[in-house]
Amino acid sequence: MRICVVGCGAVGSLFAANLSLLDDVEVWAFDLDERHVAAINRDGLRLSGAGEVVGRPRATSDAGEVPPCEFGIVATKAMHTGPAIAATAHAFAEGCVATVQNGLGNEETIAEHVEHVIRGTTFPAGRLLEPGHVQWDVKGDTTLGPYDERTPLAEVERLADACTRAGMPTLAVEDARGPQWRKVIFNASTNPIGALTGLTHGRVCERPDLRALVTGLVDEGKAVAAAQGIELDADPEELIDHAARPEVAYDHKASMLQDVEARRPTEVDYLNGGIVRFGREHGVATPLNAAIQALVKGVEASWTQS
Amino acid sequence: MRPVVVAGAGSIGSLLAAHLARVADVTVLTRREEHAAALRERGLRVSGRGDFTARLDATAQAAALPADAELAILACKSTDLEPLAARLEGTLPRATVMTIQNGLGAEEIVAAHGDWPLLSGVTFMSGTRHGDTHVEYVLDTATWIGPYRRTSEADARRVAELIAAGGLKAEAFPDLRPAQWSKLVFNATVNGVAALTGLPHDFHFAQTEEQSDLGHLVRDLVDEGKAVAAAAGVELHDDPWEMNVLATRRGHRHFPSMLEDVEARRPTEVELINGALVREAERHGVPVPLQTALYRLVKAREASYSA
Repeated sequence: MRICVVGCGAVGSLFAANLSLLDDVEVWAFDLDERHVAAINRDGLRLSGAGEVVGRPRATSDAGEVPPCEFGIVATKAMHTGPAIAATAHAFAEGCVATVQNGLGNEETIAEHVEHVIRGTTFPAGRLLEPGHVQWDVKGDTTLGPYDERTPLAEVERLADACTRAGMPTLAVEDARGPQWRKVIFNASTNPIGALTGLTHGRVCERPDLRALVTGLVDEGKAVAAAQGIELDADPEELIDHAARPEVAYDHKASMLQDVEARRPTEVDYLNGGIVRFGREHGVATPLNAAIQALVKGVEASWTQS
Repeated sequence: MRPVVVAGAGSIGSLLAAHLARVADVTVLTRREEHAAALRERGLRVSGRGDFTARLDATAQAAALPADAELAILACKSTDLEPLAARLEGTLPRATVMTIQNGLGAEEIVAAHGDWPLLSGVTFMSGTRHGDTHVEYVLDTATWIGPYRRTSEADARRVAELIAAGGLKAEAFPDLRPAQWSKLVFNATVNGVAALTGLPHDFHFAQTEEQSDLGHLVRDLVDEGKAVAAAAGVELHDDPWEMNVLATRRGHRHFPSMLEDVEARRPTEVELINGALVREAERHGVPVPLQTALYRLVKAREASYSA
């Protein structure tokens, strides 16, 4: 089986390194960061932290080098999905492409370029320490499901089985929207609050007034999910309270806060913006999510001032 | 000349003190003794739309203020008003006291510390302080004055005329609340959004082409504020949305004070501005989810100063 990980940042590296340990899987890693690619090809792709792994995927920044693959795993930031899949689509003419990205709309973008698309949500997280070396912060489950009827569940199960055998526990389901929306609602309701206030996840949650705002955002997201007939696999509120515990992620600065501090574009359009878009399509009002999206877009616009 | 006290010498206090010193006998009350000494020795220079140096008296001791002062303008930031009013307790026996703070509630804070006759003021002018004895006069928009406690429109007019004689713009109103509330809704919205986004008050605030453009949020926030004003029985003097559009069309980028405060990690005026608006909404049973979110986010931003 040949798998290409498209976008080999922290999450992509977790998949690429672990999958490359399997004897029956050949792993390619496509990434535009040439220093990262060179380090992987020279020294292997190293994971430290939750697991110690040195994988040997074949890395490249040249999409033309990627041979035909049975599976793709797209792990770029959401705003890079379009260009990344456009460049690599030729390798997936006969294959299935899964997204394990944040937010809403990645599947639709991928489906503009390839026929067989797999919706996915993943909870493991990490960060790039240096080229070729990724800190594996937390382990977690991944859920995959067919994006539409063109993708056979049996193919989804094959990919899930490979991931699970590689040490990345993955479940194949008929409808993967439940876990996806639970994670999107979690991220959309907490990340931008951290980004706008500068507070860590725990400090956001311990202020009753802010926690109420978080619940207001969660409730809008739940209403939009319900209007589409999506059954959340668990209440996002549980995830929020769990993460706020001191031993879990109290001191964690949301990725969007890290983005804002580094003045990088955020994923707000795919989180709150996605909830607003689906809300409008299904006649559900989402004023708080729209307000938060506009504020974070304002933050991004402020960087091009002065 | 009439003895007048200006308490607080930030940009607004400095502009008022320097201009009034041309037509009145001005004493400035400062917080720091060296600030008072510098003002006594070097005077107060105005640049920008003015170009002169005013001679005036200054002290950091409330007890040393002239007992015959007829007018005292409290020109500190709203966050400093409570301690300032407490310092003035028992002083200024003959003075009418005028507040000029942003937001709502300044008059009540002062009223709790003395039985002076009170005037309400709001100011739309702006300046930039370049040190203890130099202020740049930037926006020459008016200061509006109205009666509050044991004062009449005629009292407000006399103060407006005095300020105008000094070279600033001022106008008296029979009831200041329509103007005060226009500015409240405008400030709660523009200051809050600027503080959270880091954007100066520029074209983004009126932009409504894309669904996620900031202008939609600004308009929704203004609409909530207008609903609160209506429920409070206040007919707004100006439409805050129009104020916003006009201000963004002036072409220069104004940095609202709340943005400057969060960038310098100082306490903001959020309580008397956004907090006041949200509390009025609660009192009148008007739902304001967006203004409430804005208020909570700015409060949380202040909390983030202590890591």
